[in-house]
Amino acid sequence: MNQSIKPLNVLIKGLILFLLFNLVIAACQPRVGQFSLYNALFRGRERLPFGENPRQSYNLSLFNLDAMFASHIIDGAPKADDEFRVIIIGDSSVWGTLLKPEETLAGQLNEASLNACGKNVRAYNLGYPTIALTKDVMMLSYGMGYDPDLVIWMTTLDAFPLEKQTSTPLVANNEETVRGLATSYQLRVEADDPNFEKKSFWEKTFVGDRRSWADIIRLQIYGVMWSAAGIDQFYPAEYEKAQTDFEADESYHELTSPLNEDALALNALEAGFNVAGETPMLLVNEPMLISSGANSDIRYNFFYPRWAYDEYREMMTALSQANGWTYVDLWDAIPANEFTNSAIHLTPAGEKLLAENLAPYIFENCK
Amino acid sequence: MALEQILILITASLLCGIFLRNRGRTWFMLIASVLVIFWLQPALPIRGADFWIPLATLILVIFTWRLTADDETRKQCKNYITLAIVASVVLLLNLTRFIPQLQLFTASRPPQLETTLLIFLITGLTLIVLSRLTRFSASFLTVGLILTIGLFLTLKIPALTYWTSYFLRSLTNQSVNQLRPTDFTWLGFSYVAFRLIHTIRDRQMGRTPSVDLGEYLTYVIFFPAFTAGPIDRLERFIKDLRAPFAGLTLDTFYPAGQRLLLGLFKKFVIADALALIALNDTNATQITSAFWMWIIVYAYAFQIYFDFSGYTDIALGIAGLLGIKLPENFASPYLKPNLTQFWNNWHMTLTQWFRAYFFNPITRWLRSWQKPLSIPMMILLTQVATMLLIGFWHGVTWNFTLWGLWHGLGLFIHNRWSDFTKAKSTAWATTPIKQAVLNISGILLTFHFVALGWIFFALSSPVTSWLVILKLFGVR
Repeated sequence: MNQSIKPLNVLIKGLILFLLFNLVIAACQPRVGQFSLYNALFRGRERLPFGENPRQSYNLSLFNLDAMFASHIIDGAPKADDEFRVIIIGDSSVWGTLLKPEETLAGQLNEASLNACGKNVRAYNLGYPTIALTKDVMMLSYGMGYDPDLVIWMTTLDAFPLEKQTSTPLVANNEETVRGLATSYQLRVEADDPNFEKKSFWEKTFVGDRRSWADIIRLQIYGVMWSAAGIDQFYPAEYEKAQTDFEADESYHELTSPLNEDALALNALEAGFNVAGETPMLLVNEPMLISSGANSDIRYNFFYPRWAYDEYREMMTALSQANGWTYVDLWDAIPANEFTNSAIHLTPAGEKLLAENLAPYIFENCK
Repeated sequence: MALEQILILITASLLCGIFLRNRGRTWFMLIASVLVIFWLQPALPIRGADFWIPLATLILVIFTWRLTADDETRKQCKNYITLAIVASVVLLLNLTRFIPQLQLFTASRPPQLETTLLIFLITGLTLIVLSRLTRFSASFLTVGLILTIGLFLTLKIPALTYWTSYFLRSLTNQSVNQLRPTDFTWLGFSYVAFRLIHTIRDRQMGRTPSVDLGEYLTYVIFFPAFTAGPIDRLERFIKDLRAPFAGLTLDTFYPAGQRLLLGLFKKFVIADALALIALNDTNATQITSAFWMWIIVYAYAFQIYFDFSGYTDIALGIAGLLGIKLPENFASPYLKPNLTQFWNNWHMTLTQWFRAYFFNPITRWLRSWQKPLSIPMMILLTQVATMLLIGFWHGVTWNFTLWGLWHGLGLFIHNRWSDFTKAKSTAWATTPIKQAVLNISGILLTFHFVALGWIFFALSSPVTSWLVILKLFGVR
């Protein structure tokens, strides 16, 4: 054959194929995030991907839940017969800001080599560093796919305000998943919630959605550094300690005493228990820093004025009793010197103490 | 260069290729090059430096042209037109000081107009004085050469850069407390200096072609090759520049477009992805296993290749749209079976430059001794000295010295080894399989030698480099 190549034809054919490829991507929205090099070429991550300075942390924040969970070690860990699988959901205090994976709550529970009902306790960190109950329910719905024996849901009052529920980027960019939870588990979501990022057809094409594709690829590439160095967070040499002196400010999210339950996402708690179904779940009011500095008679810490938090605790106790939830209130379980840069972030020793506090509840709730 | 900048340059060149012919294209290349050297110069902490540095580049090039051009060419009227146009472009850029919306080509607000006019006046007067002192022209060439090399060293030796920054900060009444050597970053000077030295040396040897100011300026600051080469030769570049340009045709567009796509893919997809995991000062200390250390060293080796050769492809592609065929810089260097061939195919225009202006002259000089050195000693001296200089070209630091030494000694050892084994290997490799075995093992050995050398190149301290090497071989 002596056919000469006609570059113009090649160009036109290439452009048509590329256009078709984009249209197919937009129409089908393939779940490419499920395909991961983690747990195959690279070891799975001990916690979900999150990072604001990727070059230093070898980690990045993305919105593709499939890719996030596919990179987690739980995705590549078949459950052994003698494994008592515990998943822990919650905010940055669970994820472990400033902590190495082995220093987090999940790490400390694993380090303790606990045995529950004759099985080895293996805890998985499914925390994610934003505070919102809806986000937790979303993570729980994914986590349930890994057949846990126990769920530990660490939470705090700041996860409850309604206006925070869909404004966190991870939730805002996963409208379909959240709406699915609303249908299946009665999670309350406004029909016209403006926080959700709605993608046009163009934004669903490969070109329009290139940022998401690039994030998935970058996540895979950072698998090298995770496997090589075991680093998934930037640890500054110094950080500012959590604030202990405050203004005499009693305000909290425009709420007033008594706490208006309609302004809180209590429905998300119910939805969470619906998602867990038959699987036992511990709802834990996570420890927080109790300040003794200026105006500490008015505020417990940066997050909470005393009145709001005290009322929240009373409300949680009453709610749990009314619904039959297993509720553990550990709000003051950790001394103030074991907090790091925030009123909810613990030191390794603080996490160890927390794990010791939680261990008895794990034994009580195994089947 | 950022992707957006490259895409703008591609679009501008494409439009030039489509709509402009001969003189129009030549003027476009000159004016675009002048604009681009201001546009690409990054913002610096020293006040006004991002304007003065490109202006200094232009003045330096104009003076060098004045030194290297022959009398007849110097007197041509079109040189004055070029001067007027270049000065007008600079003044227009300076005038954007008063219209912030038009400050598109400078990183910060341009300085006072009066200062620029004063510099123009001094430059003009110096050019007039120089033209009256023609009988000293040979000495001026030497002075020009020394000044260019001196400036080059100032930019490459951290201590000198530091003191220059100190001087410039003092001159502009700025605090010297937060002084850094990077305060004084002269974008593209490494390549500009090589082109200037090439023309000065060739003029001294009587080999420089006669070119007018516009042609010379376009050659030295030609925007596709300004930041990352390749280092073209004046006589070759001028041939393309003077050739009739009938506009972009499909025959010229396709190879240029193909080269651009390849370059963009190499640089912005492969190299930038590899950069996330390539060896650097931070991850060198974080990785403990030999296996992963090898992976990040390999990642660096491929990242630097795809980054640099990607930029070269982009430069060749943009130049191709303008009808200029820049020389190749890379020819599958990692697939070469020995170090000599690697250097014949890696950053080829740089090695050719060093061969022409350092290696060959120094070899001739050593041979001219009454009692010449032995051949091996001469090879050792010339190879090591050449590679050390190439190392210094990247920066006068201990690590670049070690990198140069590594390659200099490698080239010497290869030279001796190949002399010693040539007959034996030829006698052994009698079948295609044996030849393939020899070739593949040569490629693997050469690649790993080069990859180990990159450790010195990528890192900033000999101690860290040594630790990485130890980790690679499982010693630490």
